[in-house]
Amino acid sequence: MNKHILEIDRLNVSIGDDKIIRDISMAFSRKKVTAIMGPSGCGKTTLVRCINRMHELIPNTVVTGSIALYRKNIYEMNPIMVRREIGMVFQRPNPFPTMSIYDNVIAGYLLNGIKLTRSEKDTLVESSLSKAGLWNEVKDALHRRGAFLSGGQQQRLCIARALAMKPRVLLLDEPTSALDPKSTAHIEDLISELKETVTIIMVTHNIGQASRVSDFTAFLYMGELVEYGTTEKLFTVPDDKRTEEYLSRKFG
Amino acid sequence: MNRVPFRLAKDLGFRIYLATSTLILLIPLILILYYIVSNGINVINLDFLTSLPKPPGVLGGGISNAIVGSGLLIGIAGALSIPFGVALGLFLNEFSETRLASAVRICVEILQGIPSIVIGIIAYLWIVVPLGGFSAFSGGIALAMMMLPMVVRATEETLKLIPHSLKEASLGLGVPYYRTMIKIIVPAGANGILTGVLLGVARVAGETAPLLFTAFGNPFMTVNITQPVNSLPLIIYNFATSPYSDWQQVAWGASLVLIIFVLGLSLLARTLIKQ
Repeated sequence: MNKHILEIDRLNVSIGDDKIIRDISMAFSRKKVTAIMGPSGCGKTTLVRCINRMHELIPNTVVTGSIALYRKNIYEMNPIMVRREIGMVFQRPNPFPTMSIYDNVIAGYLLNGIKLTRSEKDTLVESSLSKAGLWNEVKDALHRRGAFLSGGQQQRLCIARALAMKPRVLLLDEPTSALDPKSTAHIEDLISELKETVTIIMVTHNIGQASRVSDFTAFLYMGELVEYGTTEKLFTVPDDKRTEEYLSRKFG
Repeated sequence: MNRVPFRLAKDLGFRIYLATSTLILLIPLILILYYIVSNGINVINLDFLTSLPKPPGVLGGGISNAIVGSGLLIGIAGALSIPFGVALGLFLNEFSETRLASAVRICVEILQGIPSIVIGIIAYLWIVVPLGGFSAFSGGIALAMMMLPMVVRATEETLKLIPHSLKEASLGLGVPYYRTMIKIIVPAGANGILTGVLLGVARVAGETAPLLFTAFGNPFMTVNITQPVNSLPLIIYNFATSPYSDWQQVAWGASLVLIIFVLGLSLLARTLIKQ
């Protein structure tokens, strides 16, 4: 079986007159954590948004090239199906404020009108919350609204919500940038556990985070893929001078 | 030179100016309320609310047909203006940068500025004449045209405040666009939209002019929307301008009922805003 789940081929993205992504080709390995890092504005968020077609929300975006999930071009698939296969967690926790914790977890099913039996729901909620490391904290408050949760708990709720859809790929867009150090550590541990079940692609501008949790790291600069390889290699013997300078915090 | 006493005097003067302005604003409002309550309160009882108007000279008589008629007109106006208004507000919010949205916004503003009597004439020409008679339906359409801009604006203003991240969260789960709108965005703004609807109802509940050529008025009870119906503003208008003192009394009572209804809606809307 092919060890690459997702292959990006000559991807170019421009928004209006700005070229955001320049000719990026890369492949992501199954059930591994790949970190995408780079200075602000280097196109890392745009890159992951392209992977589940969330970039289509931004007007004037032009994309060329292709992204293949199991060799099927996602730009020829229905975006709704793409997003069910490739889940996403955003920078800021965004649970649905009008729904209970329970409903938030199965929101993907409720909103899509997919019918589940009571026991299917219960199992899904428990397993998703457990995977997201939140079950023990909220199991007595499942039917309360999520507003009383801390930022870190809300983010884990969002991860549970994404996991409940049983995606093959989970995109994390700077999932800890709005969180305190303790919650950040919690989510980092979680990411290491989650790769047992799902392929993770995470954007981060925290160099330490990339080195701690990822198996592969890609370094983006000004919309170009400067270097991509195992995290170990990239952090110890980078090929490109720019990678080295970024890692030694000379810019960014 | 010590200018402090002078400044204190200026400060006092300004405070007095503010207080008198407030009083001047409050006095007419309180007087109006006092007048209506003191004149209307004697007339109002259960019988007044549940019986039909009587001919002049006959004791008693109520405004039940006007209450039902007003309810019918508001129901028709709401049923027509709320779905369209919410959809338009949603459109304006979702495609706010487009040229079509600016055009729609201008149209909504113009519609809001059209005098109610003109809307009445238009409803007369478009609905009453082709259908061959006055009707609750035509009155409801006239009121819907007045409510529509308020619903549109309330919806747009409310939805503007809903964080973009909520929409992303839903779309990111593979939820289709229309379901995201109907199940996430609109419910998240439900309070604000409802407030706008209530204020819209409060506004049109007291409209008389557009009803003169449309709902027309009817001394009898009817819930048939193809028939003319009475309404609170119409019964007030017709009875207050009549020469009979018992009819004028009924008009006072109807005024009080209308004021209570409108004030109640406004208060309800205010509590919703606070939430």
